[in-house]
Amino acid sequence: MNSSAQLSPLPTQRHLNLVGKSLDKQLLSDRQRFFFDHYGVTENDLEHYLAAALSAGGDYADLYFEYLSSTSLMVDESMVKSASQGISAGCGVRVVSGERTGYAYTDDLSASRILHAARTAALIASAPAKTRVAGFQQTAARSLYPVTLPSVDAEITAKVELVMRADKAARACDPRIQEVRASYSDELRNILVVASDGTFAEDSQPLARMNVSCIAKTENNSARGGSGGGGRVALDFFFGDKNPEYFAREAARQAILQLDAREAPAGEMEVVLGPGWPGVLLHEAVGHGLEADFNRKKTSAFAGLIGKRVASEKCTVIDNGTMPWRRGSLNVDDEGAPTQETVLIEKGILKAYLSDKLSARLMGIADTGNGRRESYEHIPMPRMTNTYMLAGQDNPEDIIRSVKRGIYAVNFGGGQVDITNGKFVFGASEAYMIEDGHITAPIKGATLIGNGPDVLTRVSMVGNDLKLDEGVGTCGKDGQAVPVGVGIPTIKIDRLTVGGTAKKDPGGFMQ
Amino acid sequence: MPSTQLETGNPKLETDLRDLAQDIVRRAMNGGATAAECVVREGDEFSTLVRLGQVETLKESGSRSIGVRVFNGQRAASTYSSDFSRDSLDRMVKSALELSKITSEDPFGGIPDASQLGSLTGDLDLYHEDVYSLPGPERIDYARRAEKAALDFDPRLKNSEGGSFDAATGHKVLANSHGFVGEYRRSYCSISAVPIAQTEDGAMQRDYWFSVARTLSKLESPEQVGKVAAERTLRRLGARKAKTAQVPIIFDPMVATSILEHIFEGVNGDSVYRGASFLAGKLGHKIAGDNVTIIDDGTVPGGFGTSPFDGEGVPTRRTVVIEKGVLSSYLLNTYTAKKLGLKTTGNASRGLAGTPGIGPGNYFLQPGSRPPKQLISEIKEGLYVTEFLGHGANLVTGDYSRGASGLWISGGEFAYPVEEITVAGNLKEIFFNISEIANDLEFRGSVASPTLRIDGLTVGGE
Repeated sequence: MNSSAQLSPLPTQRHLNLVGKSLDKQLLSDRQRFFFDHYGVTENDLEHYLAAALSAGGDYADLYFEYLSSTSLMVDESMVKSASQGISAGCGVRVVSGERTGYAYTDDLSASRILHAARTAALIASAPAKTRVAGFQQTAARSLYPVTLPSVDAEITAKVELVMRADKAARACDPRIQEVRASYSDELRNILVVASDGTFAEDSQPLARMNVSCIAKTENNSARGGSGGGGRVALDFFFGDKNPEYFAREAARQAILQLDAREAPAGEMEVVLGPGWPGVLLHEAVGHGLEADFNRKKTSAFAGLIGKRVASEKCTVIDNGTMPWRRGSLNVDDEGAPTQETVLIEKGILKAYLSDKLSARLMGIADTGNGRRESYEHIPMPRMTNTYMLAGQDNPEDIIRSVKRGIYAVNFGGGQVDITNGKFVFGASEAYMIEDGHITAPIKGATLIGNGPDVLTRVSMVGNDLKLDEGVGTCGKDGQAVPVGVGIPTIKIDRLTVGGTAKKDPGGFMQ
Repeated sequence: MPSTQLETGNPKLETDLRDLAQDIVRRAMNGGATAAECVVREGDEFSTLVRLGQVETLKESGSRSIGVRVFNGQRAASTYSSDFSRDSLDRMVKSALELSKITSEDPFGGIPDASQLGSLTGDLDLYHEDVYSLPGPERIDYARRAEKAALDFDPRLKNSEGGSFDAATGHKVLANSHGFVGEYRRSYCSISAVPIAQTEDGAMQRDYWFSVARTLSKLESPEQVGKVAAERTLRRLGARKAKTAQVPIIFDPMVATSILEHIFEGVNGDSVYRGASFLAGKLGHKIAGDNVTIIDDGTVPGGFGTSPFDGEGVPTRRTVVIEKGVLSSYLLNTYTAKKLGLKTTGNASRGLAGTPGIGPGNYFLQPGSRPPKQLISEIKEGLYVTEFLGHGANLVTGDYSRGASGLWISGGEFAYPVEEITVAGNLKEIFFNISEIANDLEFRGSVASPTLRIDGLTVGGE
């Protein structure tokens, strides 16, 4: 159980921020050239494509060029069983006319195919062609992940070393660890976004992660454990503190712990969440419900609640796309707008929604730079980046001590939410009973369920130990997956439903 | 990556995907591979969403991709690309061969033996061009009609996430160095509606309904889809929590499929050989009640899980997974079959990259003889689950805990809607506690189940 309050994964990043200027410039010029150099795209071409997109009279059009290269490796039974690399490239064309969106894409970046896509998307509108404002204005962007050598271009042997070391370390932890799977994957996504409003943004977005999962077995019992991490980092990240041994030990620890887990309780009780990844609570309970598209359509349980109390005054919740090296961070979003730090809930009061260009325009609110998409095949929509709660005043030990009977949940699988009625779940994978102010036995995995608009009003204590997750989150919405981050300090929720079994005879049929 | 004049947009190439796949296999073999396999996929999609009567999105596009898997003795690697230019394809093959030098010798690696390869013959009724035959305005009208039927059903249905019409076609080619080459096309179309109901105090509920088919002619009417969506949404209005209790639970067919999916994960050869499933080592053992028979059949004409061959070029087949409660077969691909000393069941599923996984064909639970209403009428106090939230099943231990909503049953009838509750137990017991199976088996996807009654689960609530 870690209770350090650390916002950044790498000690080196402060250094890079300080010397950032000259380095950034060089990187920026590299990334600006990608589609121009490799595909011979010119500014003239881009204007031509946008004109075709607006040929039926749309209000707005944008082009999203993407070139994604990726690598993945997997070790199982101490063998590198799978290695793969690939590229995927294409261009998506969007045309907006009022509230209507037309979309088409091509995986062929030749002029004729892009024009074809542009004319297809254009059909959403039916009015005389509009001439667009000539000339592009480059988005002033940060350099949040200034890697000099993207990991996709690094030596594959170093990546093999990572997964083999993880396998070895997990097995070395305990003889009961009998199955280990370790994987490593990375990608580099080069994007260019141009729009009829003059937007011009390029970015080169690295992303890497490691995962270790293992199974512990005894004569009559088995359990699993998992761990992982990464971010928008270079390969050297995994040779620092967050190395294969770190993830392997954590995965093994969880599996061994679960061997002795007892039945989880069922029903409403006090719940203490540990710091870090349990921030998935915020992602599900409030984050999705605050995405502007749902609120524009008034299909969210949070619609119309701006300025209203939705949490206890100890809760301040932020979405922040500008954190260096973070999995959920972006220099520019997928509509070419700069990302930002957005206060969603301040001392319990709902302050803002997360918006993209379309929602911002239709709702008359600011674009918060949260327009994201999975790939060129997808229409952008409001999405979270890194979502977390600010640290409070309480000492984590005091929080535990204050609980008579409840659970302490420190690790989670994933979660899900029904935006409209606000009900959300998240599944605890490592949790303990708290009895008379003390952490006692580990309990089996259990789903926690609550109601988004009021769960945070029951937060009675907030720890001083804010921690962000290790960099493993992937969020799905409308079939689109994007990387995100979460974070939270230790918090106490006075009442939440725990989905255990609380069985009377834990015997079972299959012995 | 100088751009790609060669090709796309040239309709001729699309009929030459078979040649292309064989050519890539040849190139890999010429480059030193001891075995190779190439997959080419192309697809088109159309979708439209109409919300509150207005078109909200229209999307229309196509794409293709190619992947190669090579073996260098017992070492495997794979690469893929969306760029079909000669340079790019050369690089793809070369990278795969390079990459295969760093993977491990795996004694069980390899493509299937030549004797196992093949393709079902005859028309499997998987492809109908009519999914694209509707003119644009009519497609939009399908979506509009579905939403309208939902919203017109009751004044409490005032808002909506829309009605939609989608169509897609896919074409897949597979070739390998044992001389196998096969291809098939599949089509798909669907209508859905997602209405939102609101009570006077402002509480909202959303639900959905859909129809999906391989041909327009088998799609249910937009009006029917909208009406069912409306009914499903309205019945959730006014939901409250339930008390924590152990009661009988009825699983609506849409959520009953999740129980089948857990069984699928448990008999999936990949989990079995790793001991990551509590069903590992249970072949020939009783793992469920006598009333449970589960079949996987990739050969059913027109089925959503049908294909003439699997992801490795092995013909699909019918496999009885559980017969009267006894585990009679795992579901396997070539690798996991070799690991377990068994034969592949033709369930290899292959994406573009990596090693083949395992996927179901048409996978279903044999129906019983009684209507679902009768099952409900026999319950004094219980829960009818219509939706699960979250993914709380652990196949290593069998532990099961999920968020749920549905209807409370009292005196054999639906009493009131419930939400924000959990359902928990252990799959080892759940499979034995499927006490009733109704007669309402219907495929709305490749996995299908009738309504089920399961006893012994814990409902977590107030």
